[in-house]
Amino acid sequence: MSGLDDLKKKMVTGPDGEQFEVNPINDYYCSKKPEVTTPAHPYIEKFFNWARANSLWVLGWGTGCGSIELPPLTTPRFDMYRYGVQMRPTPRQACVFIISGYLAVKTLKRVIRAYEQMQGPKFVIALGSCTINGGMYYDSYNTINRLDYYMPVDVYIAGCMPRPEAILSGFVALKKRIKEGKGEGANEYAEKFEWYKANQKKIIKQWDMPDYNW
Amino acid sequence: MEISLLTKILFSLLGLFIVFNYGLLQAGVMRKIVARVAGRYGIPIYQPYIDLIKNYSKRTQITHGVMFYLGPVFRFSGGIGLFFFIPMIYGSVYWQNFSFSGDIILLMYFQFFGMLGMALGAGEGGQPNSIIGISRGLAQFTAVEVPFTLAIISIAVQYDTLSVYDIVAAQQGGIQNWTLFTNPFAVIAGMFAFLGLMRHAPFNVVMAPQEIPIGPPTEYHSTYLGMLQSNRVVLHIVEAVLFMNLFFGGATSWLELIIKSFFIYFITVFIGVVFPRYRVDHTVRWFLKIPLVFGILAVLFV
Repeated sequence: MSGLDDLKKKMVTGPDGEQFEVNPINDYYCSKKPEVTTPAHPYIEKFFNWARANSLWVLGWGTGCGSIELPPLTTPRFDMYRYGVQMRPTPRQACVFIISGYLAVKTLKRVIRAYEQMQGPKFVIALGSCTINGGMYYDSYNTINRLDYYMPVDVYIAGCMPRPEAILSGFVALKKRIKEGKGEGANEYAEKFEWYKANQKKIIKQWDMPDYNW
Repeated sequence: MEISLLTKILFSLLGLFIVFNYGLLQAGVMRKIVARVAGRYGIPIYQPYIDLIKNYSKRTQITHGVMFYLGPVFRFSGGIGLFFFIPMIYGSVYWQNFSFSGDIILLMYFQFFGMLGMALGAGEGGQPNSIIGISRGLAQFTAVEVPFTLAIISIAVQYDTLSVYDIVAAQQGGIQNWTLFTNPFAVIAGMFAFLGLMRHAPFNVVMAPQEIPIGPPTEYHSTYLGMLQSNRVVLHIVEAVLFMNLFFGGATSWLELIIKSFFIYFITVFIGVVFPRYRVDHTVRWFLKIPLVFGILAVLFV
């Protein structure tokens, strides 16, 4: 429980000897809820969506065993760069989050934090059967069964494990969706924020973070 | 022939537009070349445009304070400032931008200016990776500056001027007059420094975008990142043009400028593809060994 202790209110002595109170949850984080963003003028939005679809920056973070299928995408054989797909190491710059395979409750917490730090419009690809119905871990005590209870999912790629070709076809499907203007996951998350939060809190017992991670 | 200030400003802005687009296309071409070397098909060469539009069209962005906001602005103004004080085309009154006698001192300052702005901005971002990145970046940059400054001193003594335009003028009249042949030690030291300045492999651990510590821009996103990208493309071309002016005889037309700056930039990409990366501490030590020796030789033999 040391993690929780760090987040409690405490008195801190400044360099000049003055005492002041620090409340980490309020002072270090912004607790403002996400807001629904309005798209630009339809014609401009169409152009923007074309750009978004052709420049998919994937958060380079594998959450489960499916992440082993992601590195081959950068190799000459599959070469995702030709589709405008690139890896980014930081959630701030990424716009696609691939949940690769089973999702442990412990990882879910980090996934939520990373997802909320991404800037909209953002898209989620759920990779493997585990994200759809739990797959072979359907009765595990420690993994979630359905990803879309916890965050809006744009594209599912079924399989255990899906081959890199399947992931590429998933990217193509995502592009189509974005170009049609259906990639509004970030807004959906903001609209049904209470519902998603309730689901997340139901499964994450030790909620030692702010409700929304900017 | 004198031209009015307004004409000068308009031509400078037009030059900036050309350099910006050329930089974006060149970035795409270079990444394509790197991909082909790796045996991949690679990105479309217009991919940098799409990335830029994508970043500018993000709907949300957050700020960590005023300095965080100003970081990319400083960086971008560093790049643009560098552009505005470099004479682009030798012998043309229209493409001299705002160069003046002694501009080389200002150009060296502008190279550092952006880094310092980023240091302040990334510091306020609060992300540990960006703070590590910026301290590595500044350490590497300081090491790179040493041979670069020695090369500049050598050239300044050789041509007895601190004006880029005069340095270009002194190199006219044939390939044998280029600094490359009249002062090879300075060129070697300068080109080593160029490798470090352009941040390609083997010296790109600071910015390595595929690694977990992405470096200074870890916390930058959306429009901020778009601004940093815009700066990057302008800066790459402008640095190449600066080195072209100093060492390779300048350019008398846009075509010559594009060909020369392409190949100067290509040197860094070529070396980056061939050689593996140095760690930052190795980089600093390396720059303080071989390029430094060449820099001192350059100053001694002028």
